[in-house]
Amino acid sequence: MDDFTPKRLTLFMGHYGSGKTNLAFNFARMLKRQGKCVTIADLDIVNPYFRTKDSQKELEEDGISLIVSKYANSNVDLPSMSAQTYALIDSRSEYGVLDIGGDDRGALALGRYADDILAENDYDAFFVVNRARPLTQTVEQAVSIGMEIMSACRMGFTGVVNNSNIGDDTTAEYVRDSIGWAKSVADALSVRLVCTTVMRGLKLEGAVPVDLRRYEWQK
Amino acid sequence: MSEKVLMKGNEAIAEAAIRSGCRHYLGYPITPQTEIAAYMAKRMPKIGGTFIQAESEIAAINMVYGVASTGRRAMTSSSSPGISLKCEGISYLAGADLPALIVNIQRGGPGLGGIQPSQSDYFLCTRGPGHGDFRLIVLAPSSVQEMADLTSLAFDLAFKYRMPAMLLADGTMGQMMEPVRLKEEKKIAAAAPWAATGTKCERPHNVINSLYLDPQLLEKRNIERFERYAKVEKKETRWEEFMTEDAEYVIVSYGITARISRNAIMKARKAGIKVGMIRPITLWPFPSAPIRRLADQAKAFLSVEINMGQMIEDVRLAVEGKAPVELCFRAGGMIPSPDEVFKAVKKLARRK
Repeated sequence: MDDFTPKRLTLFMGHYGSGKTNLAFNFARMLKRQGKCVTIADLDIVNPYFRTKDSQKELEEDGISLIVSKYANSNVDLPSMSAQTYALIDSRSEYGVLDIGGDDRGALALGRYADDILAENDYDAFFVVNRARPLTQTVEQAVSIGMEIMSACRMGFTGVVNNSNIGDDTTAEYVRDSIGWAKSVADALSVRLVCTTVMRGLKLEGAVPVDLRRYEWQK
Repeated sequence: MSEKVLMKGNEAIAEAAIRSGCRHYLGYPITPQTEIAAYMAKRMPKIGGTFIQAESEIAAINMVYGVASTGRRAMTSSSSPGISLKCEGISYLAGADLPALIVNIQRGGPGLGGIQPSQSDYFLCTRGPGHGDFRLIVLAPSSVQEMADLTSLAFDLAFKYRMPAMLLADGTMGQMMEPVRLKEEKKIAAAAPWAATGTKCERPHNVINSLYLDPQLLEKRNIERFERYAKVEKKETRWEEFMTEDAEYVIVSYGITARISRNAIMKARKAGIKVGMIRPITLWPFPSAPIRRLADQAKAFLSVEINMGQMIEDVRLAVEGKAPVELCFRAGGMIPSPDEVFKAVKKLARRK
């Protein structure tokens, strides 16, 4: 990713559980390390648990701002978003990382900002894919979910991010073997394969290492 | 065996149910189990199955009764407040000796409570959710792999003993993602001999009913049913023991809190405290025998739960007063950290 020039807004979209939230977190940290002013916006209106807000402390320590529904991680079961998101979309100075909810249902929430984002035209919309997810194991399945997402948010993807992993059972070989599949998904959608990610600690040349969030019940 | 995939607990339940021969899912959405319904809505139409989002939880459980009457594998899923609504239907299933799977991905209560995880339906589910004399097989997974495996087992046991079975987990288990290896699709035998599938004038009617006009007959049916429950208790009680051989202190915990307790046990062992764990896999039948056995060697027991203390009553019954039983808990949607459990173990070890 050394030669990668970030756009002002970077959107992470994809199937449920493809790793959007974790990639958004890692991507925001990468931008911060490049000395940019970064805000991460959680637009997930689907997931009740395991949200960007779980990493609030780490984000604050890193100086990354977080925009999140005030009901996230609470007992209020409302699909709501923060009004602050508009400030980030309208801003022309700060970098924004947008974590979009899963599938077409999650992507619906992005639709309300689509016109503004398209008008500014300084964005990347990444389709995050994981071959180990049961409903996106074949190229056809992944492409079909990608099409549903694009119609729901009324935006096209600018690239595919291959985040193939099977949790703690992931091996470098598994990730390497998924690259051809991810390339086919990108080709079918007529976009480029931006990168392949790999859990930090596994060695795979050319792959982007990412950190994982661990919870109390995980070893 | 198929290759490993990465799944949410809720998705693993849904896919495992399909591979166990379930082609009828009848449900109503509620957080934190909605992914089960969402997954079924996507998959069932592609495999000739039926997905119905009913008008309510009550309607859904009664549709399960209808499908189960034909000897097919039917399931519904919900979370705590929705399970309260299903109780009448579960009692009718038990009264008509119908097998079915009910999944409960628990959240905090009572009342509307909240959407964060809990184990506070232990009383409700292990005592037989609904009116009348009956039991429910209750299975408590502790990993996404077990959520798949126990879903399959729940169907098998339900059909073997002609009674409803429940998969009982909490919101965290439903939402967490882990690697899982799913079993290949199972071939299901033709319709059960008791099923109401039409006589074709070739056999007497199979009547599916829980109403008995003659009280003596009702008593007889209830006694027969409890003889069947006694078989389940004898043959199907399941649990896992962790470092119990030399344990002076024994944690009893299931589901998500068993995982946290395991981490706490590793800490306590490093600190020189001999602690082990009994992890019930069936909550009914409850693994009383191994707990009773350990009561002769252990100085004290600790029930770790995310509720105000419910399973602790079964632990106390099993211990038969031979050792003190203490509680380590969080409630209302909170989960204890391994450190909190470790502290409770230390407190137990200090006690004279």
